[in-house]
Amino acid sequence: MDDITRGLAQALELILSGDAALFEIVLLSLQVTGAALALAMLAGIPLGAALGLGRMRAQGLVTIFLYTGMGLPPVVVGLFVYLMLSRSGPFGSLAWLFTPSAMIVAQVIIAFPVVAGLTMTAVQAVDPQLRLQARALGATRIQEMWTVLQEARIGVVAATVAAFGAIISEVGAVMLVGGNIEGKTRVLTTAIVLNTRTGDFALALALGMILLTLTFLINGAMLQLQRVRDG
Amino acid sequence: MKHFTFAFVLFMLGVSILGCAAPVSQPTAAPSVCTLRLATTTSTYDSGLLDAILPDFEKKFNCHVDVVAVGTGQALEIGSKGDADVVLVHARAGEDKFVKDGFAQERFDVMYNDFVLVGPKEDPAQVKRAQSAQQAFKLIADSGAPFASRGDKSGTNSKELSIWASAGITPTKGMKWYNALGQGMGETLLASNEGKFYALTDRGTWLSMTAKLPNLEIVFGGNTIDENPDKHLHNPYGVMAVNPDKFSGINAAMAKNFVQWILSPATQERIGAYGKDKFGQALFYANAAK
Repeated sequence: MDDITRGLAQALELILSGDAALFEIVLLSLQVTGAALALAMLAGIPLGAALGLGRMRAQGLVTIFLYTGMGLPPVVVGLFVYLMLSRSGPFGSLAWLFTPSAMIVAQVIIAFPVVAGLTMTAVQAVDPQLRLQARALGATRIQEMWTVLQEARIGVVAATVAAFGAIISEVGAVMLVGGNIEGKTRVLTTAIVLNTRTGDFALALALGMILLTLTFLINGAMLQLQRVRDG
Repeated sequence: MKHFTFAFVLFMLGVSILGCAAPVSQPTAAPSVCTLRLATTTSTYDSGLLDAILPDFEKKFNCHVDVVAVGTGQALEIGSKGDADVVLVHARAGEDKFVKDGFAQERFDVMYNDFVLVGPKEDPAQVKRAQSAQQAFKLIADSGAPFASRGDKSGTNSKELSIWASAGITPTKGMKWYNALGQGMGETLLASNEGKFYALTDRGTWLSMTAKLPNLEIVFGGNTIDENPDKHLHNPYGVMAVNPDKFSGINAAMAKNFVQWILSPATQERIGAYGKDKFGQALFYANAAK
């Protein structure tokens, strides 16, 4: 119990004192996860929509791959990205290993199936009448997709929220490909592991609470987006 | 509520620009800013030693050191894939193989500390009467008192396994008392504190964490390195510059500087002094050949 109360106190103290190292870690967490999420959305939403509208060949196979991808253990993704980016691997010349770029690559791979898979489900649930109507009004394919996506907005935001939650809290992959280098690739989750490893439970817990607060605020913002139409 | 959509799009754009700008600019910026990547074991980093000595190197050579602190097994693997410029580890057999396989030209002694056996204060296996580590391990096995192994191919893990081997015991998962945790030193000590396990640990990590381990004490190995009755428990650390001929992109010149620097008398003195003010004894003994 002692550690828990101390953790709470330390979390408040860290936030209020404007700790520079903490700020750096929080900023990098947001940068890496934000970039990964944006890229995953950019690729995942159109693919999910196309799948949901039944426009793809080998629909079943792609769907199975997406669903399997949702269950990928982050460490496995990390290991794969590590071997790809290693100097002895095919993309070694990029020199991305142990940089934020490598962390973004890993997180995109984790987030993409979640975004695409859940977007697909959301689009599938849209009343087919709407598409027929849109097409009858002379909508192009892209316009039709856009109309359906807007209708499936709640589901698409839910897909984004789920993907965000999966990668902001993920540690296995970023630890492996980022290396938890102080001031360079240390993010909230890897800092938590480090402090747990060295027995600084209160500090680890404080960082955990900060991560949770951050996630809460961002999810709150995304939820507002879901309500936009109704408000 | 329309403005919220706008705000959200702006937010996403903002983070993606922030996110992309910073890392993408890095690879291009890398050549102008000197960095040296050091793959090392958790004990050198978590004990605070590197934080204490590295600023001197960074200042002298105007080169930032990126420390990747992992288990010795993983550190050697990172080095053998060319993903680090220099490695500082403690597993003699693994280091010799690293040199033999051509991943480094030479290995140098840097320092040593020692291993100690810690266990529950009640000492159910009566390990305290042991004369050697080998005997202590035998007592644990005979009594069936629970033992926690790192089980992660770290330097400490390989030392532990070599002691079991010398005692003629092959620990297997079928043995109820033997727990291979597959975790780092800190986690293993914390688990031992909770479960009242015996465990082999390096003295540095033990000293830096004692306050958090009220149920444990040293049952074999003495209170300081000089009091350790078994010289087999010495734990030598070696430094190796990764062979630049094997991979492109290795910062070989700086790696060489690092090796020379860590072996230099001034740094060696600093290593030997580290921890005396905080723990009342040194955590590492410098032993680079003169």
